[in-house]
Amino acid sequence: MPAQVITITSGKGGVGKTTAVANLAVGLALEGAKVVCIDGDIGLRNLDVILGLENRIVYDIVDVIEGRCRLKQAMIRDKKLPELYLIPAAQTRDKNAVSPSDMNRLIKDLRNDYDFVLIDSPAGIERGFKNAIAAADRVLVITNPEISAVRDADRVIGILEAEEKGPGALIINRLNPALVKNHNMLSAEDVLDLLAVELVGVVPEDENVIISSNRGAPVAFDAKSRAGQAFRNIAKRLRGETVPFLDLDHTGGLWQQFQRLTGRK
Amino acid sequence: MSFFDRLLGKKNSADNAKERLQLVLIHDRTDLTPAELDSLKDDLIATISRHVEIDAQSMRIGVQHDGRSQRLVADIPLKTTRRRARRSK
Repeated sequence: MPAQVITITSGKGGVGKTTAVANLAVGLALEGAKVVCIDGDIGLRNLDVILGLENRIVYDIVDVIEGRCRLKQAMIRDKKLPELYLIPAAQTRDKNAVSPSDMNRLIKDLRNDYDFVLIDSPAGIERGFKNAIAAADRVLVITNPEISAVRDADRVIGILEAEEKGPGALIINRLNPALVKNHNMLSAEDVLDLLAVELVGVVPEDENVIISSNRGAPVAFDAKSRAGQAFRNIAKRLRGETVPFLDLDHTGGLWQQFQRLTGRK
Repeated sequence: MSFFDRLLGKKNSADNAKERLQLVLIHDRTDLTPAELDSLKDDLIATISRHVEIDAQSMRIGVQHDGRSQRLVADIPLKTTRRRARRSK
């Protein structure tokens, strides 16, 4: 079966695109899928550091497109998962070094040998974003339960529909269950109500995300992390499995649970 | 949100965010600003008034969303003929 090509995008920067790509790639590879992830953020590459592969880069995506190396030479194999590869972005070039048709050609060469190609889109809705969605079979829009991120996600969903790449499916990242409980953060239901698209996952705010990116080993490797669990579940859903959504209500310590029991919260 | 905030009728911030987003998304999706909506309303009043007498004061116009599609909804009260007849006396 040819690869499923999935682009992760958001409009707004800093909502967790790169973290999501790294963790979904790890989650899929842990399930035994052959995965290639492509950093589409030319000039601001980061997927390499999140995956902990920054020291192994020799060639990048622009080298492939401009014919300075073969595709295989730019594919970096993960340290732990032999079926997971990264094609890094060029750091010293800009987005105009790549065109949507270059992306189509590159991904056509990958389709037959892998199960999933994940593309990390840059923020914004310009050339880099257009490159990232050009070859996508499916686009995941990631957002935070926060006013500006939801607004930008809505813009991106609108553009995806106009470009006939839509409707797009949604990942809500960095949801803080305690804030939602106090009605000081939009809930997953609120965000879905506003954006009216399919939901593929809700990832809770989790300090382990930062700890694991410090170490260059995505949180999906961490069996105890709730965010890691959420990303692994999304990976399973991308493979077509039906996985129930995490119950994010059962957080907090004994005191919170006691308060809940006594009806004080 | 504390008990006292609720007592004072202060809305929690998530509701604030949702209401503000609902408005801003309608304008983002339709490219229709509140000012443009007002001028559309004036045009509608002028056009409809040529055919039938309406209560322009209580006319309401707005954009509603149904999933990802938007619709323009106008509520235009008509003046009854009885009232019109009385006024013409």
